Amino acid sequence: MFDFYFNLPLIVRLIVQAGAVILVLFPIAAACSMAERKISAWIQGRPGPNRTLAPLAGFLAPLGLVGRIPFIGPFLQQMGIFQLAADGGKFTFKEDPVPGHVNKFYFVLAPIIAMIPALTTVVVVPLGAYFAVVDGVSVLKPIVLADVDIGLLAVFAISSLGVYSVILAGWASNSKYAFLGGVRASAQLISYELSMTLSVLPVFLWINAPGGHGTLSLFDAVQLQSGTGFHWDSLWFIFYFPVSAFIFLVALFAETNRAPFDMPESESELVAGFHTEYGAFKWSLFFLAEYSHMIIGSAVAILLFFGGWNPLPWIPLTTLAQWIHVADKPLLMGLVGIAIFMGKVFFSIFFFMWVRWTLPRFRYDQVMHLGWKKLLPLSIANLIFYTLGIALLQK
Amino acid sequence: MAVIQVERKPLTFAERTYIPQIIGGLRTTLKHFFAPNVTLSYPEQRPEIPKGYRGVPTLVKDPHGREKCVSCQLCEFVCPPKAIRITPGEIAETSDNAHVEKGPKAFEIDMLRCIYCGLCQEVCPEEAIWLQNQFSMSGYTRAEMVNDKARLYELGGTLPDDHFKWDKKKTAEGHGNAH
Repeated sequence: MFDFYFNLPLIVRLIVQAGAVILVLFPIAAACSMAERKISAWIQGRPGPNRTLAPLAGFLAPLGLVGRIPFIGPFLQQMGIFQLAADGGKFTFKEDPVPGHVNKFYFVLAPIIAMIPALTTVVVVPLGAYFAVVDGVSVLKPIVLADVDIGLLAVFAISSLGVYSVILAGWASNSKYAFLGGVRASAQLISYELSMTLSVLPVFLWINAPGGHGTLSLFDAVQLQSGTGFHWDSLWFIFYFPVSAFIFLVALFAETNRAPFDMPESESELVAGFHTEYGAFKWSLFFLAEYSHMIIGSAVAILLFFGGWNPLPWIPLTTLAQWIHVADKPLLMGLVGIAIFMGKVFFSIFFFMWVRWTLPRFRYDQVMHLGWKKLLPLSIANLIFYTLGIALLQK
Repeated sequence: MAVIQVERKPLTFAERTYIPQIIGGLRTTLKHFFAPNVTLSYPEQRPEIPKGYRGVPTLVKDPHGREKCVSCQLCEFVCPPKAIRITPGEIAETSDNAHVEKGPKAFEIDMLRCIYCGLCQEVCPEEAIWLQNQFSMSGYTRAEMVNDKARLYELGGTLPDDHFKWDKKKTAEGHGNAH
């Protein structure tokens, strides 16, 4: 049944896969905006958007039952699902003015540059795993667009390009608030990137045991968290590297410009920060890029520290697949893996929003203080501690 | 007054990392996440109006269904923003209520001027004008925002009467002491 697909030329298959991933990532990023509104509403004791009807249902409703979605329609309406369509339509079709005082070329370039790293990093992020028969032997293969050894390096290298969109947007807008937002954003992103990178070094020191082949692949990181039985040596990395995981998460909040680190936007101080002068579709691109960054960032955190697609510590996906008899069905096993992984990603995004409505924003000097004087020394100490520990253990 | 020196305890290490505080905050917000909403879905659900609320002024009838207003114009004179305009009229000889003599021919309250102060209700000797529960008035034109007599009675309806002032007077008159 799938032979037809696997017989297609590689380039066609890759384009289909990439299209599929982007077609999934894009709506999820859009749906996050609705999740944000609903979750903030619930935390504040409000119902949130719950009035919008399905497209055209308002016009068709007087004609009778046409246009009503049976059974789940009212529920979807309560959950604000159709508000998403209304928002999307608004952002796509409303007038897209370019202010007269901006540098037009860079002004238009900035949102495009925002989207590129957000969508490119997903290439090296594995989403699940399945058993494939290679030369008669059954091996676990990742579901990933490009299974390259430099996985994590690629993520860091490309996602740090995201700061250019913020700087460009802030500078090209030619407005003081946007400019201040851009300056803050660049300082913040560069500061926290350091701690973030240092925090994952111990993990890869551990993965790259002497004698093995060197790798930065995220798939291999998950493989080492897929232990069965109650052995101490193949747990999720959060249990071995709690400080690393903590620093990574804090830096992730800063890198994705989320509260309490939403310095670049800080609407009470800088109007809207770097995207003050943007509207309509260009603004929605910034928005989507921010949520895509959140999704990819949480995905990497989950792969590195929270066991990737393994449902529970000590119960990896392979064991679960054998229990429910899907180990020999690559498609089903892949879907189960993706479902578990996406479940974790969604929880992580919920956590992002949960934190947003819990913590107030840091002051700018506090952000710098925390980044340079607290997190950076902590991550260096953490690195030295684990380097010595791993050297002693793997001697 | 004695000055009480409050001892400020230095923060413990756990407190200085803020992590226990953040977890406490997360617990609080999660509690609110699952708590029932505190808002009303407004047009469908209406708030309960407390007793004595001063809403839109209306004209009321007495429990016999008779018009209470005798067109004395005290409310018109007391009204600070001059929102009330009364055209007094005579009650026809043929009417059962001919002895009341006067009633409003027209009664208009301009809701664009009304400040909901309730002085009209306070000043009315017949308890004919009441600020009731309706709290929102809207219209597409200025003319729509002027409540005429029919509309005022429609909004007001009938309120229970605590005094039956005129019934008592009539009974007293029957006993020969009219005032």
